[in-house]
Amino acid sequence: MTSLPEANIERTLADANLQLAIYASTGRLMDKRKTAVSAELLPDYQELRTQANAVKKHALDNLDFYLEQFETNVQNVGGHVVYCRDGTEVADFVLKLAKERGAGLLVKSKSMTTEEIDLNERLEHHGLHAVETDLGEYILQLAEERPYHIVAPALHKTRYDVADIFTSKLGVEREIVPENQTRIAREVLREKFLAADIGLTGANFLVADSGAVVLVENEGNARLTSSAPKIHIAVAGIEKIIPRAQDLAVFLKLLGRSATGQHLTVYTSFLSGPRRNGEIDGPDEFYVVLLDNGRTRLLADNEKRQSLYCIRCGACLNICPVYRKIGGHNYPWVYSGPIGAIITPQYQGIGKNPWLPYASSLCGACAEVCPVKIDIPKLLLDLRSEVTATHPKDQKSRIERMSFRVWSWLMTKPKLFEMAGMAASTALANGCGWLRNVPAPLNIGPLRAWISQRDLPVPPPKSFRQLWRTRPNK
Amino acid sequence: MNPRVSIFVTCVVDQLFPRVGLAMADVLERAGCLVDFPERQTCCGQPAFNSGYHDDARRVARYFLDVFKDSEYIVVPSGSCTSMITHHYADLFRDSPEWLDRAKQIAPRVWEFSTFLVEVLQITDVGASLETVATYHDSCHALRELQIKEAPRKLLRHVRGLELREMDTAEECCGFGGTFSVKFPGVSGGMARTKIDSIVRTNADVVVSVDSSCLMQIQGALSRAGLPTKTMHLAEVLAAR
Repeated sequence: MTSLPEANIERTLADANLQLAIYASTGRLMDKRKTAVSAELLPDYQELRTQANAVKKHALDNLDFYLEQFETNVQNVGGHVVYCRDGTEVADFVLKLAKERGAGLLVKSKSMTTEEIDLNERLEHHGLHAVETDLGEYILQLAEERPYHIVAPALHKTRYDVADIFTSKLGVEREIVPENQTRIAREVLREKFLAADIGLTGANFLVADSGAVVLVENEGNARLTSSAPKIHIAVAGIEKIIPRAQDLAVFLKLLGRSATGQHLTVYTSFLSGPRRNGEIDGPDEFYVVLLDNGRTRLLADNEKRQSLYCIRCGACLNICPVYRKIGGHNYPWVYSGPIGAIITPQYQGIGKNPWLPYASSLCGACAEVCPVKIDIPKLLLDLRSEVTATHPKDQKSRIERMSFRVWSWLMTKPKLFEMAGMAASTALANGCGWLRNVPAPLNIGPLRAWISQRDLPVPPPKSFRQLWRTRPNK
Repeated sequence: MNPRVSIFVTCVVDQLFPRVGLAMADVLERAGCLVDFPERQTCCGQPAFNSGYHDDARRVARYFLDVFKDSEYIVVPSGSCTSMITHHYADLFRDSPEWLDRAKQIAPRVWEFSTFLVEVLQITDVGASLETVATYHDSCHALRELQIKEAPRKLLRHVRGLELREMDTAEECCGFGGTFSVKFPGVSGGMARTKIDSIVRTNADVVVSVDSSCLMQIQGALSRAGLPTKTMHLAEVLAAR
């Protein structure tokens, strides 16, 4: 069981620069989104959300049909579809192909799905070097870190951090101007694009009726990755399927706006099959790897299936007051924020990180901004009840379970409830107003946790019910 | 016709902030309601529900449904507790038709205080007066589960002498979140400090909300920071004259 990374969270909270970086970056993305979906700029925003939700629901309810249709259409344009159960199977496929084609270098564009299965590490382990070409991902690959955010992977890095990383890892002169830093990365990466044998991308959407892989990006690196090398492999979760190309009219309107406030990203690529005769660009070979890795387990549950609707826009992270405090690396998996809090326990099993569904104040801001209307707070509540149903054996959980049992009994006994209240009032009554400390025997558990951050209200000498009895009739 | 109103003051108000319950009763009576306080009441069950203990929550919820079964209107000084009853009981009792039915019967009669005034009684001016600069904190469940945004503000704008000044993060969570506040104290405290930074920027004298538990969090953080800003439940503001 992975326990709550308390010390790491404390460290993040205490790092003033990091706090500012997270708060400012997420705030900027949040503001841009808010403007982009405002009633003036996108009057049918709510209808689009409803439609997006309905399309995703339909696609996942009929996933077997659409996967087959997608596969047939990919084959019809000369591509291949490969089904993989987990990360090992994906790595095996890529390694085998690389070996057969004599490939030694692989370029990659940003893909959370490959992060999810630690693909780079798996390939590297067998001597196949994979270079990240998204600027943020490239910085993190040099820094040997995993993404901090679904959309903005290096959100926590300031330009000074980037300068340090480039100086130590690339041996260049210290450069703090972001434009010049981009130029440095571009020079290194251009060589890699030209030398690479395989280009590996993720996929934002898989279009069943045309067999197309749709990629959405701003840097052009995904387009280069999918067209410059001789072989293009797109790795995608099975839930990325949408039925028709025309459904993109809904999703593309929502994705860019929700993620970065852009009406459309700079590049939107529709890739269907390898280069045909007479075409100038495109790979010789085209593969789509469809990954399960736990997704069919979510699919089996009618309620929780909606977790798979996610289009990875990151809006729920930007608005989440918890993510904005603890950042991305304190979440136990690559998926952070509210969406991470609901999918991680479902993919990895509820027993592995039982604290995760509790890492939310249930404020509901995530559900409000979700472009596909995933009811994240409801799923968090459901997952919490699953956690308690496993009857965790640790002492804290046992005390909590017993406390709620006693509490629920007390709440059906108004007289006893009143007396318990009077006892608490007496125990804490050393004056009135707000306490900065509580007396030693009470300074444990929840009271101690409360008082560590805030002052505590002193229960008044008389409760409402007692005052009501003596209230003069008006 | 004088509406008969049973007040459900919530466990937090009963035990920690009884003046909020008294203020609410005063305002309702002045608005012409016949107010009663069913003495057997305790809690709606939300703490257990939100912590994942559904059996315990159901026990308390069944008790609540029993205590208030004959009430005409049930008015609550909390968006969160109101939503627990009107929204989450349906989920809690999804597998027990009899209680689900009872929950559905009671839901339309349960009203959060400010919404009851504005939508049922259709009153926006309760005749209150208070010389102060106030800022309003949207508590999350009131805002997002009950869509309460305008009612409290309308009521505040009609208080004589009161200037309403919006803060830039009115819709951001204060960090309370029930047991979240003690399970993740550092995060919860950090959220409260972000909130009070925004409050301080308004230079308001008082922070108003429709939920006493948010105010407990905010006042606790204000007090810890040594700031003079006070918190008041909307009912207390509306009872002032």
